[in-house]
Amino acid sequence: MTDTQKSTRPVNVTSKTSVSVLFAGDSGDGMQLTGTQFANTVAVYGTELNTFPNFPSEIRAPAGTIAGVSGFQLQFSSKPVYTPGARFDVMVAMNSAALKANLKNLHRGGIIIAGSEGFDVKNLKLAGYPEGANPLEDGSLENYIVFPVPVLQLTREALKESGLSSKEIDRCRNMFVLGLLYWLYSLPLESTIETLHSKFQKNIQMADANISAMKAGYFFGDETELFANLGRFDISPHKQHGIYRRVTGNEACAIALTAASKKAGLELFLGSYPITPATEILSTLAKKKKYGVKTYQAEDEIAGIVSSIGAAYGGALAATNTSGPGLALKTEALGLAVILELPLVVINVQRGGPSTGLPTKPEQSDLFMAMYGRHGEAPLPVIAARSPVDCFYTTYEAARIAVEHMTPVICLTDGYLALSSEPWEVESSDNLVEIKPRFQPARKPEDPPYLPYKRDERQVRSWAIPGTKGLEHRIGGLEKQHETGNVSHDPINHELMTRLRADKIAQIAESIPLQTVDNGPLKGDLLVLGWGSSYGAIKTAVEQALENGYSVAHAHLRYLNPFPKNLQELFGNYKQILIPEINNGQLIHIIRDTFMIAPEGFTKIQGIPFDEMEILNKITDLIKEL
Amino acid sequence: MTDNDTIMTAQPLLTARDYASDQEPKWCPGCGDHSVLQQLKSVLPELGVAPENIACISGIGCSSRLPYYLATYGVHGIHGRALPMATGLKVARPELSIWVGTGDGDALSIGGNHFIHTLRRNPDLNVLLFNNEIYGLTKGQYSPTSKIGLRTVTSPSGVIDNPFNTAALTIGAGGTFFARAFDRDGKFLRSILKRAALHKGTSLVEIYQNCPIFNNAAFEAYATPEDKANNTIYVEQGMPLVFGKEKNRGIVLDGFTPIVVDLDKEGFSSSDLWIHDEADINKASILARFADSDSLPRPFGVFYAEDRITYEDALTAQISDAQKNGVATLEELLKGENSYEIK
Repeated sequence: MTDTQKSTRPVNVTSKTSVSVLFAGDSGDGMQLTGTQFANTVAVYGTELNTFPNFPSEIRAPAGTIAGVSGFQLQFSSKPVYTPGARFDVMVAMNSAALKANLKNLHRGGIIIAGSEGFDVKNLKLAGYPEGANPLEDGSLENYIVFPVPVLQLTREALKESGLSSKEIDRCRNMFVLGLLYWLYSLPLESTIETLHSKFQKNIQMADANISAMKAGYFFGDETELFANLGRFDISPHKQHGIYRRVTGNEACAIALTAASKKAGLELFLGSYPITPATEILSTLAKKKKYGVKTYQAEDEIAGIVSSIGAAYGGALAATNTSGPGLALKTEALGLAVILELPLVVINVQRGGPSTGLPTKPEQSDLFMAMYGRHGEAPLPVIAARSPVDCFYTTYEAARIAVEHMTPVICLTDGYLALSSEPWEVESSDNLVEIKPRFQPARKPEDPPYLPYKRDERQVRSWAIPGTKGLEHRIGGLEKQHETGNVSHDPINHELMTRLRADKIAQIAESIPLQTVDNGPLKGDLLVLGWGSSYGAIKTAVEQALENGYSVAHAHLRYLNPFPKNLQELFGNYKQILIPEINNGQLIHIIRDTFMIAPEGFTKIQGIPFDEMEILNKITDLIKEL
Repeated sequence: MTDNDTIMTAQPLLTARDYASDQEPKWCPGCGDHSVLQQLKSVLPELGVAPENIACISGIGCSSRLPYYLATYGVHGIHGRALPMATGLKVARPELSIWVGTGDGDALSIGGNHFIHTLRRNPDLNVLLFNNEIYGLTKGQYSPTSKIGLRTVTSPSGVIDNPFNTAALTIGAGGTFFARAFDRDGKFLRSILKRAALHKGTSLVEIYQNCPIFNNAAFEAYATPEDKANNTIYVEQGMPLVFGKEKNRGIVLDGFTPIVVDLDKEGFSSSDLWIHDEADINKASILARFADSDSLPRPFGVFYAEDRITYEDALTAQISDAQKNGVATLEELLKGENSYEIK
């Protein structure tokens, strides 16, 4: 297929550093597949990459309407990228609803490739345009570079000899668009051809038709006069030599749990109940049976976590995954896991709340619930992932803390990380830290009695699992007597046990790394303190602010409870601290309360990630005030 | 080989004392729970399972204190959630013998959802449902098995909720084993506990258990030898349904309707009677409904037993199948199936 690389006619090729593209269309237009294929191609090509799908919460929203618009956004670049791009440079709009829904996020001067059949009278009406108005014709898009392409007609033309039904031919239209984009960005077709061959292994006719449609799109770019002025673009590869894979945050969580179980020599048990946007962790692990993974789709959220507690008592690496409403249902059982002092990983993929809220949209609004959302004194470790790949390392760390400190751990991600993807250089198993369960060995009759709540110097109790002779013991939700674990209502004992449980969590600070500054000076005017998925936007904004000559640094928290030991010292090195959050201000409360300082908050509660420009503007304003 | 043969050939190496923990039961004097604990401790040694391979899981309520009094592994969990905890443990550790102690409030009210779903999945658990038709630990509120009209602190004018029929619920939910026993009939209770232990799958044993404080004499109709003879029927596999002090009353099926007949007066012989068949789900369903009728004796014994694959065996089989070419390694996991090389 290298012939497609060569243009038949000289077209100007412009080098660019980064491009953000949105593929948008109706749910039935196949934009997720198109975006995924494009992402795979640029990943293999070796550019930096970050992707994010955006689809409606309705499975089959009415065709042609704004509610039915499905999008796939990606940014690829010859330098590291941390977001799919808050705004895009290029938009593929397969219909008028897709254009209307997304135009506000297209850069001024950006490129629109419009599937012109999606702008007929019917589609315009469904998208809610006034009668007679057509953005492709009425001049309303004069600030953009618009290319109307009769995608459907050209696909039908290309596939008229294919022998497929007209319905099947029409379904190939997304491949035409994909081919056109490959031409526009000087990308090879091989990766998609391979995928199509393997996807349609049993239907060669279908594979050939899709490939033909893609090539037709590619050659259309070449042959049409449409792009003569624009020319083609080239984004040069950046990735170092190596083996890579592309993962979403949810996949990374699933891989991490499996890896942690292997490394710890434990069996993985996931008790779970489907909930958007956390379900892919369950479905990914359900396919990992060859690694011995056991998944249990319970009847509800409560049974999901409680079955995991049962498995943890049995000696498994036990986990459960959920999103906000599910975490609310699990809170009583979390208290049980706290008092039982059993290892348990709880992955909470945050979404907009309260209640059903915005199920498909991200929000960082479960931090308070993770920190405080239990009755009684029930502290537990809370950590948060910053990127899709970091979901692996954070989840793995959650498993290590849970097993080595005998405690439930909440690992926070969100709907943005869950579905976003980026390339990940394949990790070597040797680089993963050891996870050492503290199993209590069998006891001989002459040995002293087993004390289930006897603690080591870190206040951690031992793990005595059924089947071990001489360690038979009973634990439960009633307050435990110090060391023996027998039921105790003694007031002094309750205070002691409450303090011991809290001290155990506080001592985890001894085994976690000190907080580092991600970017910027170690002393300066402003520290931007972030947590979770806002990493990419903050990183990009701070990079820009530094280029603009401001004294600003970025630190990003993984450990939210306990905090790294050096945070106070770190804060002292800056005149002011800015805490951006996708919520109504939660980390800022905790920081204020813990360190008695007055940071500046910056919040956004729209179910969408920060735009790096918003943060950059805030940084600029704040530093000017200092 | 029948179940009884299995039990007799098992060599009891330990005694009831070896299964008793050092904790004194804190149930009220006269509570039926003492009897259930006693029978369970005496049965466990006969099953040939060492204490370290047994776990007792419970929820919340008087009956859910059961694990504390057994010298086995045990978890006293949270209200209503004994069954999911036991299921998780069983899935993780299929080789363990797992007993669940629960009550009518724990299993059928707050844990009702888990109850039906556990039964349909059929993990190999022995579930002892202590039914006293009242909330004991919270001091006497009506439960989902309380009879209509029962006056309690929360139903001062009498209960108006129709009660659950535990047997019908179990069979309706796809349970593979249902038996009913009585705290006062220790010998019979032991035989039922053994049957439950030997059934592979979720064995649901409803134990009528008297709460002397908040619902005393709820089962008085079956208590005295005279009443027991007249008001109960002990079903046995392959045997006709007869009852009465003189064993002169029986049950015949008129279509789907069970009718009490007098063997002495009405010209029926035992060959006309309903022959009990644990494998017959239709008959078990009719038997389950006896409790809804005042004119029929209350059945005790194993109503229904079905041989069906357990949840953990089905899952283990899937995992074995996925691993038929070997257990996948950590390196394979990290590399994934769609990795690519950048040269």
